[in-house]
Amino acid sequence: MAAVQETIDQVKAIDVDQYKYGFVTDIESELAPKGLNEDIVAFISAKKEEPEWMLNWRLEAYRRWKTMEEPTWARVEYPKIDFEDLHYYAAPKNTEGPKSLDEVDPELLETYKKLGIPLAEQEILAGVAPENRVAVDAVFDSVSVATTFKEELAKAGVIFCPISEAVREHPELVQKYLGSVVPVSDNFYATLNSAVFSDGSFVYVPPGVRCPMELSTYFRINEKNTGQFERTLIIADKGSYVSYLEGCTAPQRDENQLHAAVVELVALEDAEIKYSTVQNWYPGDSEGKGGIYNFVTKRGDCREKNSKISWTQVETGSAITWKYPSCILRGDNSQGEFYSIAISNGHQQIDSGTKMIHLGKNTASRIISKGISAGVSQNTYRGQVSAHRKASNARNFTQCDSLLIGDKCGAHTVPYIESKNSTAVFEHEATTSKISDDQMFYCQARGLDEEEAVALIVNGFVRDVIQQLPMEFAVEAQKLISISLEGSVG
Amino acid sequence: MLEIKNLHAEVDGNKILRGIDLTVRPGEVHAIMGPNGSGKSTLSYVLAGKDDYEITEGSITYNGVDWSELGADERAAAGMFLAFQYPIEIPGVATMTFLKTALNAQRKARGEDEISTPDFMKLVREKSKALKVTPDMLKRPLNVGFSGGEKKRAEILQMSLLEPTLCVLDETDSGLDIDALRIVSEGVNQLRSPDRSMIVITHYQRLLDHIVPDVVHVLSKGKIVKTGGKELALELEKNGYADYVDEEAA
Ligand SMILES: Nc1ncnc2c1ncn2[C@@H]1O[C@H](COP(=O)(O)OP(=O)(O)OP(=O)(O)O)[C@@H](O)[C@H]1O
Ligand SMILES: [Mg+2]
Repeated sequence: MAAVQETIDQVKAIDVDQYKYGFVTDIESELAPKGLNEDIVAFISAKKEEPEWMLNWRLEAYRRWKTMEEPTWARVEYPKIDFEDLHYYAAPKNTEGPKSLDEVDPELLETYKKLGIPLAEQEILAGVAPENRVAVDAVFDSVSVATTFKEELAKAGVIFCPISEAVREHPELVQKYLGSVVPVSDNFYATLNSAVFSDGSFVYVPPGVRCPMELSTYFRINEKNTGQFERTLIIADKGSYVSYLEGCTAPQRDENQLHAAVVELVALEDAEIKYSTVQNWYPGDSEGKGGIYNFVTKRGDCREKNSKISWTQVETGSAITWKYPSCILRGDNSQGEFYSIAISNGHQQIDSGTKMIHLGKNTASRIISKGISAGVSQNTYRGQVSAHRKASNARNFTQCDSLLIGDKCGAHTVPYIESKNSTAVFEHEATTSKISDDQMFYCQARGLDEEEAVALIVNGFVRDVIQQLPMEFAVEAQKLISISLEGSVG
Repeated sequence: MLEIKNLHAEVDGNKILRGIDLTVRPGEVHAIMGPNGSGKSTLSYVLAGKDDYEITEGSITYNGVDWSELGADERAAAGMFLAFQYPIEIPGVATMTFLKTALNAQRKARGEDEISTPDFMKLVREKSKALKVTPDMLKRPLNVGFSGGEKKRAEILQMSLLEPTLCVLDETDSGLDIDALRIVSEGVNQLRSPDRSMIVITHYQRLLDHIVPDVVHVLSKGKIVKTGGKELALELEKNGYADYVDEEAA
């Protein structure tokens, strides 16, 4: 049997069942009744003690959503979701909004420890040098449980808090920016999210401030039959800089869980936002049973001149991923970047990519996408690059590489390129390759076992993207890549 | 000690090796010469454990271990090293990273601890300097865009770092310029030791001026048709393979 075939078989046999984040935390929680109607929307809003304008915004979204159809254009297949069979709100019972860490349920802290998040501030202080510190907001099911380093950030003028808190305490900012990048009626899932979003993070970096530390959010779905609908809003005011990291895990469950988040980024003049994601939602078992449906709308608006937004994502989890972090290059000289590693294994289906919408003059975008398919998975890159009539000298470079492991998986590249300005220059390069038997043999002849050889070759394949991640995340991402392609460890 | 007995091997149903007997004791260097297509690289792949190279008859044992029981990585951990005739490119993997991963994989397989980064850096610097492998090459992806000669030097660098006890060099001299041939040969000679066995596959006598073999074999059509001392190589250089190949054909 050829080396590669053997690897495929091993990967197929064990991989996805080894999901190591698949534990369930035993915590009493408070659930909204199943199903969705205006009362549920009002219930969520009331739970969050929201002002009336927020409730009205949600209700308007809900009414729109009822008129919309689920999109079907993506190259993914799944049974129809029964939106009436979901809980739209779940909160660990002891946690109504963030408190001091002493009051957080110890079980919850244990969960985060298992996830490797240094949640307790003491631990962070003890363990990490000041310049490497990461402020963490942890979202458990629907509720934000703790935000670390809040005070220190406040000194710099940075607001980093659960979005539910921002609605209450910074209404002027929320009202101004919420829905300004992803409008309420943008798409089926975004509209649903607008109606029922339960929590998520809010960041505001004031003019001229370089955020003194990495900001990070960990999302965890725990409760059965719940949808998780977080909402993240990040605003970088003039001349500011922020780097934001997002990590996701979920327990192993037989049924599918829905995750429909919305992320909005706004970069004003000379501001830069770097947004990194390591997504490791439960992908389902080796038969394709269970796993997260990840239907996410992420969009950044380079609203003013010389602004920059950079998306970096490492996608290894979820049964189905439907996700296109995009940049609207509105300001002159603004820049957008998208660096992506998408790994599909087992029965996973990924339809992901980006949109770069060039509106301003001299705008530049760069797309580096690395797709790795193994098992019987399907991995589609879907990317749109467009230049508006006024977008003179728009530039795009797209590099889209696919790596196949085995012959039962699929890789697809669907680029849409559209230019209404003759000075635009768009370059697109695409490659598809396989791990060859010769490469495997060469590595093995040097002492690497099959898994180590696959991991090394894959890590080489994704190197350009890994380099874009903040240091600590890069190491984690490399490990995650090895784990998600693992065949025969242990 | 390497013992090959009546070795028959085939690739994709094609019989390539047809009864090889060869014993290489610790400390010995054996040269294998022979016309194109005679099976030299095939023998090296069979020794290293490449998939699809099937032993149909006979046996290989190394230090008493039945080699067919072990996979390629296990053979590497047990001391086997093949310097490839055509080294393979590994895009995106810095040569340095590859070296460290390989060294640690072998150490792990032998139940040893990982080498510390400072120790590793020191080791690589020392070995690469001797082989005139530049720091720039170490940063580049392994073998990607390396010239023919650079690839061969990178192979020998790996060998001197991994310190195998059974070395098979498949046409390491081809593609090397005159200076590189000397540098690489010196690298190989430094590894000569009483507990290390080497098989050097080459077409040219000039390599054997630098790496002086104890025994020279001629391989033709999958069989060893002649064995002699180092003077056999000189004779082949003068007369070609005609004598031995014809004899075999007859
Ligand atoms: N996969 C294969 N299928 C069929 N024939 C093969 C295969 N691989 C090798 N061969 C044949 O086996 C024979 C021996 O090849 P090998 O590469 O071992 O020769 P060699 O002695 O190393 O030659 P050279 O001096 O040119 O390097 C050749 O005739 C070659 O075509
Ligand atoms: Mg050969």
